[in-house]
Amino acid sequence: MMRGMDWRDQGTLLSVRKHGETSAIIEVFTENHGRHAGVVRGGVSRKIAPILQPGAQLDLSWRARLEDHLGAFTVEPVKSRAGVMSDRLALAGLNAMTALLSFSLPEREAHPRLYAQSVAMFDLLGQSETWPIAYLQWELALLEELGFGLDLSACAVTGAADDLAFVSPRSGRAVSAGGAGEWADRLLPLPPELLGVVTGGSAGVVEGLATTGHFLMHGLAHSLGNKPLPEARARLVDRLARQAS
Amino acid sequence: MTTAPREIEELIELMAKLPGLGPRSARRAVLYLIRKRGILLHPLADAMHAVAATARECITCGNVTTTEVCEICSSQKRAIGEICVVEDVADLWAMERAGMFKGRYHVLGGTLSALDAIGPDDLRIPRLVRRVADEGITEVILALNATIDGQTTAHYIAEELEGRCAVTSLAQGVPVGGELDYLDDGTISAALRARKAL
Repeated sequence: MMRGMDWRDQGTLLSVRKHGETSAIIEVFTENHGRHAGVVRGGVSRKIAPILQPGAQLDLSWRARLEDHLGAFTVEPVKSRAGVMSDRLALAGLNAMTALLSFSLPEREAHPRLYAQSVAMFDLLGQSETWPIAYLQWELALLEELGFGLDLSACAVTGAADDLAFVSPRSGRAVSAGGAGEWADRLLPLPPELLGVVTGGSAGVVEGLATTGHFLMHGLAHSLGNKPLPEARARLVDRLARQAS
Repeated sequence: MTTAPREIEELIELMAKLPGLGPRSARRAVLYLIRKRGILLHPLADAMHAVAATARECITCGNVTTTEVCEICSSQKRAIGEICVVEDVADLWAMERAGMFKGRYHVLGGTLSALDAIGPDDLRIPRLVRRVADEGITEVILALNATIDGQTTAHYIAEELEGRCAVTSLAQGVPVGGELDYLDDGTISAALRARKAL
């Protein structure tokens, strides 16, 4: 007799889709099993539906007859992040994160470091004025984890570690203002926020997101068959740009 | 093996597609209808025929109606200047059951959803913006579901209507008859944020 597959893990809910009249198919980002989908029986019931909100931290038990089956989850709430619903910008941040993770992560492949960074970032949404800078750093971490990391440690031309002002759109390496020369207008901006420096205001974050957006689109999305980036990220950038202006 | 004539099997198959009904319950319902042919089957068939011929969306608000403009939109007794925005017709009916709101409605037809690629133009948001300008609306009440998608849509509409009219939303918190011990922490924190002086 074949033994069924099962595991227990903790994860963040990325998306929910109704399945039949009473069930839901959820997608979660777990610590040890990566992005994983499964059915939640009774997932649209009054009791369970409030738990299944994107961004929620869940304790998950997954069971299937064979490993490659969709399988079924039983879920227990660990932490609701529904508190961000009243904060327009934080909600946009949460939507951008869940959409990007769902868009970019390969299925059933563990990324424990990115998972830890993502959970910390989810917890930070709306908690301080500077969370957009942390979000920018999280996008850098996402790119790094998926093989499109930027090297912002030193200038690719001069080797200097200071006066860094640009990023090469091809190599993803930093370029100093002096090293850029006449190529400056063809390079991407490297605001201090991209290096994790808090300057106040959202303008630097928006500039930084334009740079990470370039690599998300031309690197990550290109490798996924040129799928368009999730609309939710564009909405977050739009909100931050409105705040900056 | 066929157990009923083709026409009846076809009716059972169609009934089984209705929410809450499966093949067995559809079979039971059809048998019941046939037994009560005079008092149930014929009136039901007539009613369904009439609805199929006349049901449509209200051109103003998106409510289900049998005329071009629904009763709520054409009523003189309804307060002008206030629009309650709901996701679905079922939500409009729920609001009407409560009997508290005396203004008019706007049915969006869904919520923004990145997962299902539903954008603002797929909903009746542009029409809402036009209504606010054309009908001299002073307040828009967002009665959208307290879900991530519902509130994302609410914030989007609030941004679109900024500076045009007052935009309010339903309160979130402890439901009538609710016990704190059974509430999730998101609801408790929303209720705490929306606390009021007694």
